[in-house]
Amino acid sequence: MTTASKLNRLTPYMFLAPAVLLLAVALLYPIGYMVYASFLDWRPSQYISEAEFVGFRNYVNLWNDEAFLESFGVTLKFAAVVVTLEMLLGVGLALLLDRNLRGLAALRTIFILPMMIAPIVVGLMWRYMYHPTVGIFNRTLKSWGLEPIPWLSDGTWSFIAVVIADVWQWTPFIFILSLAALQSLPQSALEAAELDGATGWQKIWHIKLPLMMPVLIVALLLRLIDAFKVLEVVLVMTNGGPGLSTEILSLRIFRTAQEFQELGVAAAMSNYLLILLMLLTTIMFVYNKAVENRAARLRAAAEEA
Amino acid sequence: MPTIRFEQVEKSYGAVRVLPPLDLALDDGEFTVLVGPSGCGKSTTLRILAGLEELSGGEIFFDEKPISDLASKERDLAMVFQDYALYPHMNIAKNMSFALRLNKTPKAEIETKVRRVADMLNIGHLLERKPAELSGGQRQRVAMGRALVRDASTFLFDEPLSNLDAKLRGKMRTELAEMRDTLDKNMVYVTHDQIEAMTLGDRIVVMSEGVIQQQGTPEELFKAPANKFVAGFIGSPTMNFLNAELTSKKDVLFAKGDGFELPLPKPLAKSLNGYAEKTVTLGIRPSSFSSDTKIGTPIDLRLVVSEYLGAQSTLVTRCGDAEVLVEHDSSSPVRTGSQLTFGVRTDELMVFDKNTELRL
Ligand SMILES: Nc1ncnc2c1ncn2[C@@H]1O[C@H](COP(=O)(O)OP(=O)(O)OP(=O)(O)O)[C@@H](O)[C@H]1O
Ligand SMILES: [Mg+2]
Repeated sequence: MTTASKLNRLTPYMFLAPAVLLLAVALLYPIGYMVYASFLDWRPSQYISEAEFVGFRNYVNLWNDEAFLESFGVTLKFAAVVVTLEMLLGVGLALLLDRNLRGLAALRTIFILPMMIAPIVVGLMWRYMYHPTVGIFNRTLKSWGLEPIPWLSDGTWSFIAVVIADVWQWTPFIFILSLAALQSLPQSALEAAELDGATGWQKIWHIKLPLMMPVLIVALLLRLIDAFKVLEVVLVMTNGGPGLSTEILSLRIFRTAQEFQELGVAAAMSNYLLILLMLLTTIMFVYNKAVENRAARLRAAAEEA
Repeated sequence: MPTIRFEQVEKSYGAVRVLPPLDLALDDGEFTVLVGPSGCGKSTTLRILAGLEELSGGEIFFDEKPISDLASKERDLAMVFQDYALYPHMNIAKNMSFALRLNKTPKAEIETKVRRVADMLNIGHLLERKPAELSGGQRQRVAMGRALVRDASTFLFDEPLSNLDAKLRGKMRTELAEMRDTLDKNMVYVTHDQIEAMTLGDRIVVMSEGVIQQQGTPEELFKAPANKFVAGFIGSPTMNFLNAELTSKKDVLFAKGDGFELPLPKPLAKSLNGYAEKTVTLGIRPSSFSSDTKIGTPIDLRLVVSEYLGAQSTLVTRCGDAEVLVEHDSSSPVRTGSQLTFGVRTDELMVFDKNTELRL
């Protein structure tokens, strides 16, 4: 190969280099900073260079930190419950509304609205609705002659309250993805199923859901990743309370840094969360890649046949 | 097996009328073939019968009971879709057995049925594959198999062999013919293929632009087409149409045109009362020409191209300015550009009205 042609091959990389470098610095610097901070005993009043290096102490101590473990548990429980509910409701609604009736387009648009509202506003909104005396729920209960519910002052009820708010905001996300998946299903396969004698349920179970599965799995992973990071709604509604009943991980991290002023510990917690999220993201990428590879393999096989 | 009757069945998509009111009766156990040019409404008719499209008017009766309120699955039909419509996520065995699994057929019975049909269709070795891993022709056979494993009372086939090679098509044709003779099922079969229509159909329905042009046995359609469209559609190679003037000479009626003058047989001449001295369309089947000039009336044709088909050749010739196809025995060779003389079996001639295109 001549020098000239070698140079030619390098040209695109040379043009790309500055942008890639900039991106790498912009992305990696804050993350590197956080990783470094997690090895320090660092207070906000100190320069980072004055902080004491403590190795893995922050990470190890967290395993004995009951409040941290509790909030980790709350986060897992929260993510599992909201994502399950959102999947069931979102997919269910999509199956229900996947028809060409007039007026449905408007209804669909309305369903999507909650997703467009800033989470902090959603939190405030629900906090007022859950208000023990003037909130709509307890007022309604009262007018029916029922006992008021201690929405935000009881551990179990406040967890339920937070779950409801999150489900309200994010079910539409699953709903629009599912609806899009449903509408791109091969209609003729559904017609064939009809002639093969499938009932509505059987069509859903044997044809629609299996064909939607790739989209559903990606939607599930995206929602899981998001649910692990939830902050504002909970912060505004319960601020983690009462007790630690709704203290999700990102709230714990926030408070460790803000209230307890332990930046190094907060960084270590963040890194645990980061590892968990990276794991989920990797699963999603691997899954997507597998789906793509499979599709490519099928195409190749079909061309051979 | 029900008798099926269409009564004034109509179909429009918005302002586009695809089927004008249409009457059609399919007898119990009959193999009906729908033929017609692309876009004439064959698939639409089939899909209406299957309940996949709603009627815009009229009614369909099964054994004289109206069925337009019945859902597809209550009509007891099996269908081969024009676009196959396989289940992409199921392997071939699962695709074929879906209906049987839904109605809880015993496992062993499903297995034997699928195996038998798959072997008949030469797809026994593909049962584990997904549809995306098959070629077009293989997919089409799976679509066929999925219908054939069922025990429905009516089978609908929408061009089920269109993607197969000639040999396989021949084999499948034989299998279908055997099914037709042994099973007491209603079959409605859509095709473009002459040979399929003629060999399989108990009755052929010729459609054009949503209108039924004629229906009858293959023989009726071939020997007595109702109009020029049917005459041109049935039979291969297609019938030749020539402009001719009818002239009477000494009691014999002649069709005279550019480069030919053919006497018309007595019975035909009789039905042409009132057309004397008028221009008509003369129809001559390519098989009505004989290289033995002692047969019938001689005609001179100039050979343009000879299309070799094996034992037979189709000669593309000119008679004056018009193109004329001639079926010819390949064993007697002919030279391109040469002037040839053939005998025309005049008793096979047909005459069509120039304007209405009806056969006279
Ligand atoms: N959904 C639709 N909306 C509007 N027009 C349609 C629709 N489906 C079919 N048509 C029209 O109806 C006519 C008949 O279509 P159909 O599919 O029945 O034809 P066909 O005889 O099966 O043709 P082919 O031999 O090509 O399959 C066509 O002119 C087509 O354009
Ligand atoms: Mg069609």
